[in-house]
Amino acid sequence: MYNQKVIDTFSNPKNVGELPDANGIGMVGSAECGDIMKIYLKIENDVIVDCKFQTFGCAAAIASSSVATEMLKGMTVEQALKLTNKQVVEELEGLPPQKIHCSVLAEEAIKAAIEDYKSKNNK
Amino acid sequence: MKRIYMDYAATAPLCDEALKVMIPLMQTDFGNPTSLHSFGRDGIKAVDSARADIAEIIGAKSNEIYFTSGGTESDNWAIKGIARANRKKGNHIISTPIEHHAVIESLKMLEQEGFEVTYLPVDEYGNVDVNDLLAAITPKTILVSVMTANNEIGTIEPIEKIGAICREKKIYFHTDAVQAMGAVKFDVNAMNIDLLSMSAHKFYGPKGVGVLYIRNGVRIDKFMSGGEQERNKRAGTINAPGIAGTAIALKSAYENFEEKNAKLIKLRDHMISRIQNEIPYVKLNGAVKNRLPNNINFSFKYIEGESILFNLDLAGIAVSSGSACSSGSLDPSHVLLAIGLPHEIAHGSIRFTLGRSTTLEDVDYVVDTLKTIIEKLRKMSPLYPAK
Repeated sequence: MYNQKVIDTFSNPKNVGELPDANGIGMVGSAECGDIMKIYLKIENDVIVDCKFQTFGCAAAIASSSVATEMLKGMTVEQALKLTNKQVVEELEGLPPQKIHCSVLAEEAIKAAIEDYKSKNNK
Repeated sequence: MKRIYMDYAATAPLCDEALKVMIPLMQTDFGNPTSLHSFGRDGIKAVDSARADIAEIIGAKSNEIYFTSGGTESDNWAIKGIARANRKKGNHIISTPIEHHAVIESLKMLEQEGFEVTYLPVDEYGNVDVNDLLAAITPKTILVSVMTANNEIGTIEPIEKIGAICREKKIYFHTDAVQAMGAVKFDVNAMNIDLLSMSAHKFYGPKGVGVLYIRNGVRIDKFMSGGEQERNKRAGTINAPGIAGTAIALKSAYENFEEKNAKLIKLRDHMISRIQNEIPYVKLNGAVKNRLPNNINFSFKYIEGESILFNLDLAGIAVSSGSACSSGSLDPSHVLLAIGLPHEIAHGSIRFTLGRSTTLEDVDYVVDTLKTIIEKLRKMSPLYPAK
């Protein structure tokens, strides 16, 4: 069901945990649906300098979180806002159709984290 | 890598005894059992003796044993066949919300045809209360279908009491015994069972063979058209090798029955107590005492079942999960929801089912591996409180 890239990413996810000095935090999904993703961003001069995640969810959700946080590092806020779930899926070299929503969750979590950053910084 | 199979409720490997009787029936004695020539007679001999053996094990008569393609077909036939043949008597059926989908989906189809179905409540362990059954019976009730043991949480239902009530009220009683064969002893007369479904591969028989016991005199529609096999009720070339393999597998499942169950119960209870004692925030799902000897089902709070399943799989351990993510639907297991688990806890459930070759070392290895995986996944979870 999952390709090797997803399995590898899921078994060794990057950027797991909390980021104590994050200035943008986004959490989306619900435990009831079986998927919650929380993304922590540290933004300096409009550039994402560090990024971490915590995810309650399946292998696809964890793998999506891992690649999304990898992709975010070094992006400007504007670039990050344009990051789509399709790019996350491409980075994972594909997801099974019933798991596409996990990549959507990653896109939504990023947007929520940036909104949080913007509201805290009056932008 | 070492591989450990703990998904025996999904399927079991074929036992040697079954394979041994099946091979000649596929090659030298391959005749169609309904053919009149000597080749056919070789086949029918094996089928007749298998039918007699299976009947004897459950206290039935040979001509009450019908072969099907599996547990799913047996359940479909029992439910739809009884409903449609007895419609003039009534349109009400009683069942439970924790039945296998083969039963539930058949009932849903009948509801669309105008039948009414009452799903008896179950308690937090999955037990049906016979008082609820008594209260649900109406003059229009034609069938009660309650599984002997649940496939996900292992709870064993009070089917003897249910059978007695049904007999007294003159209502047909069907039990899905797919998970119970080899673990529970049956006597269809003493237990007042009118129909009973089995699936061979769950008791180390071949895949693709099921049995439906139908008590003589029970009114039931035929299930397949196109031939006179199975007393003109279920057409299709008789699967002689599969049937012979099924009978010998079932016989062997009931040999040293107490001893085999005692061994499994010991392993099961060891695994349950290790998980409860060594992993925090867990919940055992299903009955504590009246439970299948090989079934262990836990919810691991704050994490999701599919990711536990795949982590175990990467470590060579095969289990199954009641999470939505492993089924492709959005809802977690209907059984776990029926026993009252909130969605988020149902999503984090794992079923371990032990088998004949499971050892104490296997159980310990799985628990040790599980501990590491649960800890790793909880560290990733935004819900985990104990950071």
